[in-house]
Amino acid sequence: MLLRNGEQLLLTFAIPLGLLVGGLIWGAGFGLDPVTFPASVVAVATWSTAFTAIAVGTGFERRYGVLERLVATPLTRADLIAGKALAACALVAIQAVLLIAAATGLGWRPVWSLAGASSAALGTLLGIAAFAGLGLLLAGTLKAEVTLALANLVYLAGLTLGGLLLDQAPVLPTAALGSLMREAANGAAAPLALLILAAWAAALTLLARRYFRWTS
Amino acid sequence: MALGSRDETGRTASYADPVTSALALELNEVTVSLGGRHVLDRLTFSAATGEITALLGPNGAGKTTAVRCVTGMLAPESGTVRVLGGLPGRTNQRLGLMPQSVGAWSAVRPGELLRYLASLYPNPRPVGELVSALALAPLLDRPYRRLSGGEQQAVNLAGALIGRPELVLLDEPTAGMDPHARRRTWDVIGGLRADGVAVLLTTHDMDEAARLADRVWIMDAGRVSVSGTVAELTADASLEDVFLRHTGGAA
Repeated sequence: MLLRNGEQLLLTFAIPLGLLVGGLIWGAGFGLDPVTFPASVVAVATWSTAFTAIAVGTGFERRYGVLERLVATPLTRADLIAGKALAACALVAIQAVLLIAAATGLGWRPVWSLAGASSAALGTLLGIAAFAGLGLLLAGTLKAEVTLALANLVYLAGLTLGGLLLDQAPVLPTAALGSLMREAANGAAAPLALLILAAWAAALTLLARRYFRWTS
Repeated sequence: MALGSRDETGRTASYADPVTSALALELNEVTVSLGGRHVLDRLTFSAATGEITALLGPNGAGKTTAVRCVTGMLAPESGTVRVLGGLPGRTNQRLGLMPQSVGAWSAVRPGELLRYLASLYPNPRPVGELVSALALAPLLDRPYRRLSGGEQQAVNLAGALIGRPELVLLDEPTAGMDPHARRRTWDVIGGLRADGVAVLLTTHDMDEAARLADRVWIMDAGRVSVSGTVAELTADASLEDVFLRHTGGAA
């Protein structure tokens, strides 16, 4: 379904790839660090898929009665949530592979370390959980049209002000993920950012579980 | 028992003797409140195997809420629901649902949707069998959003039947259908009864209910106001007159 939705393709592939290529070619003039910038773009891609795509997709599934129909099949609610989580993880993995390949082709050479790579992988999983929790919270409580508008607004806010691309204190989940990805590109782990992200993931998934409504 | 309606306690009297066939569905004194309002108010009704049961009521009477209690989407505050001998949500592999709203992704093609739904069941009907019965062949490769309302309903009905259900919940199955499609749908629903399937049908079309149903339950304000077989209910008035007499807005 994603491949048939132009807006989702734009958010999932076109914007992160455009940011990456533009940043690596022209970013030096704006003070962008060529080592950490591609890692920030992977964080942006995670934000696009796990928050915006899940919020908008699920909002319309709820509005169109798709969730109601699927819950009346052998699939359980847990199956549906697990399916969404797996799909988000798979899509983020594809995005990361594409972005890393493109960045490498453009000369990106991050500092490799096991601690940094593990921190990035765990942080991405926690980020998916936190962002998906927020997306499901919106999709499960608001009308689909409101979710669409708000999810795009929050996406842009997270992109520009949320610390995904530029350093800021890792208080918000977007800032925590952006910060730990940049640390990972320099070969370091970021335990504080991981802890903060884990707390956001727990809080947002619990809130989504508490307030998500399956019917509109 | 003679023809009856709500007594002074608010309970519902029935025209008919208790259902003697095996019950596929039983709701007993089910209450659900949404937004501070009783949407279902001690609702009691049942549907038997091999019968078509119509659940009728004006808009807002609680029919869709009742269906959601059957599928496990909503949990009642009080009362009991038994679905094919089990709890709601635990027997959904033996259930077929045709929801009132769209029920499909806007970009999905009917062929894809039916194959996907078939993949969820251990022993699904062949997709081609339903495509033929409901004349869906010309629609299979068109995006769902490009189908007319009646065509979407036909696809939804096929989706409800793909898993060889023992209990089928049909929420306004022929709304928006042209007369050809409506007749085909009636034939399919009649065939389900012949196969021993329990069918719960909600509709605003009184002619459809009178033509198809073995037993009718008329709801108003979250509870059943009158019930019986079609013959019993229509002994001295049309089903529409009975409906108007026992639901809000009656003269």
